[in-house]
Amino acid sequence: MNILSNWLRTYVPGIAVDDLQLAEDLTLRGIAVEGVHDLGSDTEGKPNGHLFEMDITTNRVDAMNHYGIAREAATIYNLPLVPFDTALPAAQSVAQPFSVEIADDAKNVCGRFTARVLRGVTIAPSNGLVAEYFALLGLKAISNAVDASNFVLQGMGHPTHAFDLDKIDGGILVRLARKGEKLRLLDGTERTLEADDLVIADHSKALSLAGVMGGWDSMITPETKNILVEAAWFDPASIRRSSRRHGLHTDASHRYERGADFNACPVANARVSKLILQSGGTPEGELIDRIVPAIAARTADRSPIALSIHQVQRHLGTTLDDQPKQSALTAEIVRQYLTALGCELTAHANSADATFAVKLPSWRLDLEREIDLIEEVARVYGYNRFANTLPTALPVMAHPLAAAEAAVRTRLLALGYSEAISSSFASEADGATFRAVCPTASGAIALENPLSDEARLLRPSLAPGMLAMLAHNLNRDVREARLFEQGSVFTGSQELVVESHSLSLGLAGEMAATSLHSAKDVAIFELKGVVESLLSLFAASPETLGRSAAAGLTFSNDAPAWLEAGRSATALLGGVPIACFGELAATQREARKLRQPVYLAEMDLDALYRLPLRRATAREISRFQAVERDFSFTFADAVEWRCIAEAIHALGIAELTRLAPVEIFRDAKAGSAGSYALLLRCVFQSNLRTLREDELNDWSARLIAALTALGGSIRR
Amino acid sequence: MTGRSARPKATMNETIPQLSSYDETSLDAAFATLGAEVRDETSTPHDAEAFRLRWLGRKQGRLKLVSDAWLKSAPAEARKPLGMRFNQLKQQIEAALAGATATPLASAKKAGIDITLPGAVRASGIQHPLLKTMNEIVAVFHHLGYSTALGPQVESDFYNFEALNFPPNHPARDTQDTLVVAGQQSRPSRDRLLMRTHTSPVQIRTMVAQAAPVRIVVPGKVHRNDAADATHSPVFHQVEGLCVDTNITFSDLKGTLDHAMKALFGSGVKTRFFPSFFPFTEPSADVQISCIFCAGKGCRKCKQSGWIELLGCGMVDPAVFASVDQQREAQGLPRAYGTAKISGFAFGMGVERIAMIQHGISDIGHFYSGDMRFLEQFA
Repeated sequence: MNILSNWLRTYVPGIAVDDLQLAEDLTLRGIAVEGVHDLGSDTEGKPNGHLFEMDITTNRVDAMNHYGIAREAATIYNLPLVPFDTALPAAQSVAQPFSVEIADDAKNVCGRFTARVLRGVTIAPSNGLVAEYFALLGLKAISNAVDASNFVLQGMGHPTHAFDLDKIDGGILVRLARKGEKLRLLDGTERTLEADDLVIADHSKALSLAGVMGGWDSMITPETKNILVEAAWFDPASIRRSSRRHGLHTDASHRYERGADFNACPVANARVSKLILQSGGTPEGELIDRIVPAIAARTADRSPIALSIHQVQRHLGTTLDDQPKQSALTAEIVRQYLTALGCELTAHANSADATFAVKLPSWRLDLEREIDLIEEVARVYGYNRFANTLPTALPVMAHPLAAAEAAVRTRLLALGYSEAISSSFASEADGATFRAVCPTASGAIALENPLSDEARLLRPSLAPGMLAMLAHNLNRDVREARLFEQGSVFTGSQELVVESHSLSLGLAGEMAATSLHSAKDVAIFELKGVVESLLSLFAASPETLGRSAAAGLTFSNDAPAWLEAGRSATALLGGVPIACFGELAATQREARKLRQPVYLAEMDLDALYRLPLRRATAREISRFQAVERDFSFTFADAVEWRCIAEAIHALGIAELTRLAPVEIFRDAKAGSAGSYALLLRCVFQSNLRTLREDELNDWSARLIAALTALGGSIRR
Repeated sequence: MTGRSARPKATMNETIPQLSSYDETSLDAAFATLGAEVRDETSTPHDAEAFRLRWLGRKQGRLKLVSDAWLKSAPAEARKPLGMRFNQLKQQIEAALAGATATPLASAKKAGIDITLPGAVRASGIQHPLLKTMNEIVAVFHHLGYSTALGPQVESDFYNFEALNFPPNHPARDTQDTLVVAGQQSRPSRDRLLMRTHTSPVQIRTMVAQAAPVRIVVPGKVHRNDAADATHSPVFHQVEGLCVDTNITFSDLKGTLDHAMKALFGSGVKTRFFPSFFPFTEPSADVQISCIFCAGKGCRKCKQSGWIELLGCGMVDPAVFASVDQQREAQGLPRAYGTAKISGFAFGMGVERIAMIQHGISDIGHFYSGDMRFLEQFA
């Protein structure tokens, strides 16, 4: 909304500061001036002042016009506000006043309806102040009757409407619409109404959609001779409903739905009439003013509320102007500010604590309670005149998950994975394909009003988001990426949405073969290593898992369908899936037109966070020398490392402190297809003594025997 | 010329060229040969001490030999030109020696590595700039005695709006376009599920669960039905704070945020408070900080105003306390937020905006792309 400084100053003569300072002073009181534009001078060299671009908060509908902002200026500078001139030429008397009724079914939504008949008017272009101000505001002038209504809206904020009186059949009836009733509006569209739309009707048809837009059939035309001026008060919720239903956000609806001024109706009506009558015509009869007392009682005639100066000081605290033991916010200051804003204050007699009964202005429906008045005092006094004080501090409680989350995050960063955040949404196709590792509930959560077709669901898994981020990099020739995301995934039903903590890992890039893994497999084993590393942060035992099943971490070749079968795995903790990882399925890769393989993992963090963080217990470091023995075996492919390790551990050699595969060699050419060579390293050490050659030889022999029993043959 | 021969004496293991004559051409030629020898010996990695002995050795250094053989037997008129050239040669030798001891490059070259090649490290992962900023903000409030509280991203209408004094169908709801979970129409208004539009519902959840005093800081993800552009995203992050106790004042709110902004942006930062409107606070304020780029003088970043708008805040509205107590009673808990004694303040800030200001990020979309080229700048 735009404001002319010159127009504003006509309502508050004597503002001593210039326009820029005025804008600053208003802004610091919450009447935000977002922009100040110099309007230059008129043809006679008289300055046009400035145009203020305003940003008025939704609660301050009273300040969405010149007079309302002028009232703020008058309050700031403690100056008087000029009252409106509502005097009209003498009216022709009339035997039968024009008929205006508010139907019983409309009495809870139309609180007041004023109407005035003007006869013999001349429809002509606007001139004078209206033309001048409209030009400066960049508003389109239409005709004196239409512009008068808009001028009053800009000036004092109350919406009004002018009907062509001769198009009205019989009289005015404010009523609810009939379901299916048709009404052609000023924008030329024909609307089908609902039973709770409020209409201004005559005795045969609807004339306008109340508080939203006038009707086509009764609009002012150059031929109009007689006019009915309407200024009314409508219920905010009702206008908002109609405005939304019909997709019509108008200047009038914007104000009505935020709460118009009940007492402004006769004033606005007189102001519009006066402007129209400047081009000729006379009023007929007195102002017709229909009031619904129940609505008057909760708007204009609200009961006074109590305001205690003690409460003002208790809520606002210390000001920079405070004297010792004496707040600067005295009863006198409070009375001055609130009176200027339109409140009427009566001091309560015999009260030890200074207390006022405050009658609230009809234009400030946002003021209802003591705290609202306290805010007004703080606002006018100036927020920046309060001191900076600090409340006492309380001891800080660590969030139960904070340590676990930080441990996981720190470990992932150390492992070279960068933190990422992806969209919270997923397409229906991805929702059907991707699932959380161990979903607490099945069922995808759809949105009523999704941002796009690709975002119809709340993500059930972090994997599609991670995949999108990897694809983003690869499509921009960034070929190497290691990313992780910790975030919420959503499952359940429309009644109960379950939010679970999840972790995704994404890996893309060329990787070199190692002595154990081919170049093609390294990435999968890197992800396995990350999963193991994260699990090593937590203490997994039958007690902490709450299960008697094997506590350890195991891996199975089963994995969800979005991972490539045979190149993916599920990690199980105590037999329950906690993570899955591997290469993205070829079908998914092709669907996303990715040329290189990408690797993904997803982990159920809720399951992880249920475990306590592992607290390491140090063991003695042996003073005696360790002995390293390497063994080279050939095994059939069917013999997995797990079987080999289990067979060796089954020997129960306490001094075997480390067992690791060092090198795996597959030579398809040498006629050894279906088998592989394994170099195995064992480290033996005792905390008590130096190991003897004979016992080392004995262990080696037992180890060789065990592995031979597995089908291995030793290579010498 | 004098016609006298100038024969140098032979030495044990060092020789110097013969000087055929003391005329300037001969002197130039003889010293040029010596100078070239010095250059050759120092152009490749060499043992500086051996070089010193060979040229400057007291008894058998080549310079001593030159002095003995050429200078001592020189005719008087040749002494000056010979002496000049001798001193130049000596300076050249000394300069070569000084260079050898001053730069360890010579010894590195000997080891055979090109130290100008890039360093090799196992790259660690990069903290997301947004989450780093969020954690920094949270840490500031931890130091002020605030504990972290978290809440769900899918909220009920009650916690997200109603309890925060946004009545159904109120225009204030227009400012927070909401993503709604499908299939809620048949449910009571307060139970309808939606994506939380702010972190403020955690205020309610916390106060319903615990009596005053409360000091919480709430980091989290929020969602709005906003079209994405350079500064808006339907997904974004907020940090919320709530302080409730007996007789908490507006000046306490000012002091707390002034302190926090100085901790985040530097002690020279000033704060400025403006009246604003939020349904759940009264009085409400917007807070600006003096521009951290121009220290308030006015620049492009602050649109020449000298100030940057950073957060919203206010005193907790009594209607919020009333909702909380109502909810506590419904759960069989005693009322604990009577406004005769209890008051408090709340504040909230957008993390994206702060991180964008801190790092000069022009497009909010970078935060959610996972683009390594973006993230690597924060390594």
